[in-house]
Amino acid sequence: MEKFEVVVVGAGLAGLSAAYTLARDGIEVVVIERGDYPGAKNVTGGRLYTQPLQDFLPELWKEAPFERAVTNEIVTLLSPDKSLTLRFRSDEFARPPAHSYTVLRGTLDRWLAKKAEEKGTMLVAKNRVDDLLKRDGKVVGVLAGGEELEADVVIACDGALSLLAEKAGLKSPGAAQDYAVGFKEVIEMPSQAIEDRFALKPGEGAAQLFLGDLTKGRFGGGFLYTNRSSLSLGLVIRIKDLAEGNPHIEAPQFLDEFKERPEIAPLIAGGEMVEYSAHLISEAGYANFIRPYADGLLVAGDAAGFSLNVGLTVRGMEFAVASGVLAAQTVKQARDKKDFSATSLSAYQRMLEDSFVLKDLKTFQHAPAFLNNPRLFQHYPQMAGDLLQSLFTVGSRPKQKFSTTIREKITWSEAWEILKDLRKGLKI
Amino acid sequence: MSPTSTMKGKLGKNVFKPSKERHISIRPGFEKDPRLKAAIYACPAGLYSENSKGEVELDIDGCLECGTCRIACGTEVLDWNYPIGGVGVQFRFG
Repeated sequence: MEKFEVVVVGAGLAGLSAAYTLARDGIEVVVIERGDYPGAKNVTGGRLYTQPLQDFLPELWKEAPFERAVTNEIVTLLSPDKSLTLRFRSDEFARPPAHSYTVLRGTLDRWLAKKAEEKGTMLVAKNRVDDLLKRDGKVVGVLAGGEELEADVVIACDGALSLLAEKAGLKSPGAAQDYAVGFKEVIEMPSQAIEDRFALKPGEGAAQLFLGDLTKGRFGGGFLYTNRSSLSLGLVIRIKDLAEGNPHIEAPQFLDEFKERPEIAPLIAGGEMVEYSAHLISEAGYANFIRPYADGLLVAGDAAGFSLNVGLTVRGMEFAVASGVLAAQTVKQARDKKDFSATSLSAYQRMLEDSFVLKDLKTFQHAPAFLNNPRLFQHYPQMAGDLLQSLFTVGSRPKQKFSTTIREKITWSEAWEILKDLRKGLKI
Repeated sequence: MSPTSTMKGKLGKNVFKPSKERHISIRPGFEKDPRLKAAIYACPAGLYSENSKGEVELDIDGCLECGTCRIACGTEVLDWNYPIGGVGVQFRFG
């Protein structure tokens, strides 16, 4: 039977960051990936924020194949026939290394895998890990493609569904309340067209989030990220809301209708849809965080529940990189002590607590409760549209004072509801 | 175009490597289980549908391997696994 010091399951950002760190320090590591190549099964919205990563593999990110530096943050509220857009541009976001970059995982993951391989990581693609290998209740390796592969420690980075964390007894199958599905199209078009349509300087990018009628009151929203020569356009909707929504609408229809909106159609006109993908997203924040270690096992990235939606920012990839690096550091310490028991590996939890990973998840642990409010997804976008319609309209009758218009649109009981929601929002 | 043909067109853009075995199947006897209905609405690839007998059917071709149906319906009604290595969807952009 083959034996490695460390087996990493899954060549995503968590797994590859762990492998890179281990291999760099001379530790024998193999990454097992079920796709044809790293990234083949991976999907992001999406973008990566660089500042949380300044302490995690900083030497790497300077040369990463990012798409565009996001200098324009755009939020759009949609009602059935109106929309209100807030666009924020910042030179500060452009200063290198830029604050955040749009990314495509097909490019990014393959590049990171190459870096890890250069350090000595062994990569085995086209192999599914079927189970954990256990002896006396301890994880001692994996079963992959019918072969047993032993290891001192296994790092499970097998994504948001993490069947391995389930098999290890660390996680129960997720609830529809706690997960959303993101689905998107990648639409190719010349970079010049992207820069013209979004009014961008060369190389700069925009990230646009949409809230309101596009999800018909369901928890979720839309996103549009500008890549170098493509757009990533998609939706995120909570699974429970898709399953129970009234009236019932099939998921793909939301995206088809979104694409026909006048706010979107001109932006994608003439572009060529080249890929349609979907991915699971943990939406419960800190509540979905599991115990990320057991005897002979560590769990990192989405698999451990590291994902955070606070409305304006939706993050996961920085947590994946950081937790992968921290898992590798834990392995190094455990290796020095020659002790891979759960007690020894529990140092990982403390490292996570001292890092932005668990600090951010804890700070924003009330965000899911605030976001779990149907008014946010239908009522407020609608109200904003109605109010602005009245303020901008010059009709046939003499125009009333703005204050009168506002008082008509926002009654006392409405104002009271807004205050209550704001109070919840202030807990974030 | 009907919704189904639109989706087939979309999925046709993806790179898929065919597999001999189905990695997700409805557990025998559960075809009419109400829990399966959730997948009809939640599957982003629209692969679940209800036939005239009131049974839910799954057309596995085009599966994006996202796991939504496993969360939506649960493992009592679905026998769910990822495809074996080297088959299924291979995202080029992601």
